Amino acid sequence: MPLADDYLKYPARRHGMDHDRYQWSHLFDRKKVVWPNGARIALWVMPALQWFPIDMTGKPFRAPGGLTMPFPDYRHYTNRDYGNRVGIYRILKVLRDRGLPASIAVNGIIAERYPLLLKDLVEAGHEIVGHGLDMEHVHHSGLSDAAEEDLVSRTLALLRDASGQAVTGWLSPGRAQSHATPDILSRNGVTYACDWANDDLPYEMKTSGNPIFAMPHAFETDDRTVMMDFHHSEDSWAQQVKDRFDVLYRETDRYGGRVMSIPLHAWVSGVPYRVGYLREVLDYILGHEGVWTATGADILMAFRAQA
Amino acid sequence: MSNDPGLYDYIPYNRRPRITWPNGAKIAVWVAPNIEFYEFTPPPNPQRTPWARPLPDVLAYSHRDYGNRVGWWRMMEAMDDAGFRGSVSLNVALCDHHPEIIEACAKRDWEFFSHGIYNTRYTYGMSPDQERAIIEDSIETIRKWTGQKLSGWLAPALSNNTWTMDLLAEYGVDYTCDLFHDDQPMPVNVKSGRLISMPYSLEMNDVIVYNTNLYSPRHYGEAIKRQFDQLREEGETSGTVMCIPLHPYLVGQPHRIDPFAEALRYIAQHDDVWLATGREIAEHFYAHSYDPMVKAIEAVRA
Repeated sequence: MPLADDYLKYPARRHGMDHDRYQWSHLFDRKKVVWPNGARIALWVMPALQWFPIDMTGKPFRAPGGLTMPFPDYRHYTNRDYGNRVGIYRILKVLRDRGLPASIAVNGIIAERYPLLLKDLVEAGHEIVGHGLDMEHVHHSGLSDAAEEDLVSRTLALLRDASGQAVTGWLSPGRAQSHATPDILSRNGVTYACDWANDDLPYEMKTSGNPIFAMPHAFETDDRTVMMDFHHSEDSWAQQVKDRFDVLYRETDRYGGRVMSIPLHAWVSGVPYRVGYLREVLDYILGHEGVWTATGADILMAFRAQA
Repeated sequence: MSNDPGLYDYIPYNRRPRITWPNGAKIAVWVAPNIEFYEFTPPPNPQRTPWARPLPDVLAYSHRDYGNRVGWWRMMEAMDDAGFRGSVSLNVALCDHHPEIIEACAKRDWEFFSHGIYNTRYTYGMSPDQERAIIEDSIETIRKWTGQKLSGWLAPALSNNTWTMDLLAEYGVDYTCDLFHDDQPMPVNVKSGRLISMPYSLEMNDVIVYNTNLYSPRHYGEAIKRQFDQLREEGETSGTVMCIPLHPYLVGQPHRIDPFAEALRYIAQHDDVWLATGREIAEHFYAHSYDPMVKAIEAVRA
């Protein structure tokens, strides 16, 4: 039996996008962005702190890094938890030695499980970003709006209580969203989310309430993607991040300010033999004129001031 | 059902009439950017699920969308700098969504051929008449937005049916990019009319290189150069074709564009290379090599 004729109907075939979340626009055709003090690049470092429950189901899909072995999968549970105990402290030292602010994406449950860790992040002056409740609870359209709202509000309450910060940034586990996620985030006081991988600058996203901004969060130079999914060496990862920086830096001559995001995972880049490559990458970038080191909230504020 | 697709006959590399290219070029190089539109909530197809995660798969969707917001421009600048025109493998609905991109390509005298309506609408499960409808839509959309005749075809997401090649020939399409059996254009067996396979290359395709072979950006640049060196050398004997199939959402990423741009410059600096479009290669092949090749194939068969 052939496909139903509806398969050849295209109700959203029209100018712009096939949904209403944001307008199409072309990066190289926009008004130039100017960063504070005329900086060319906003350098945005964002390590993630993740907790993968030992009874993880991976349903309806597994967030990257999720447990894969029969229960009890101690090897992956502990390898990921290593990031929260040891790896992040190595990364924090790299940041401290260079006076770098960072945005740290934290699973809400970590505030409850490891309050000392939260205390250290806050005392070091970093921005806390909501990263879902934990790595089991992915956001998807099989959830009712109420269930998803509960996930978001619980996560933010845990992180806001523990940090004393407003917590206005968001990164979903596995960067997965339901149809309702931007609306729910907006209702809960989030102003930017890092899930969508379609731009190199912030852009406005429509919601049922206040708009939120999609922030550019490098997808394919993420440490986990490059080293764990692509199986490239740490040396190649460092090269790719530097190459990314060089191109963005060069583009600022003609096209205005750019964002250089460096997404990290404490359980990946915090491993002893890898952390040196993080130092190398940061020192390379910081060796250039016109690099503004910022958090996501700083970048958004500067961006909105000229929008 | 035969265990052979029946689309072409065997003719080994060393027993063919010599193929020549304009101005004595040894190799024709064409660049085929896939300018695609993947739908946010595509309808289900019984044989292939468009997105790995339940809808909406915002990460995968937005990753593709990067090509149309950002990557295409970087890719186009790299091609402009090296003097390459593109032959666009086009999801034709993109003309409606992003005519700005089509206009920029058309201004550069790029070719447009069809890659279906959307990359999330497969031909799996279609009847021949339904497939005729997407061919007619492609012919009409490309004519309307660019004034060009539809010359080439790459099935949407490489989804084919056993009758697809016959339909393409029936509608006067000159070349298909769906067959990967050769480094030279070859006649395709069709019920009526003529059709050739145009070398398109999975091995040079950035999706395959980055996501299946998991090569680094610099490795891709090296692979392009080595592929060119070898095919150019073999072109002394008989003209070869090299294709670089691209996806702006991949090659247009900042960490990937420079090694690619450098490989293009490397190719363009040679004076015995023909920088062509798919249509130009097909036309030249039909005019000079199609009949001798058919005869040679018949001789081998006999």
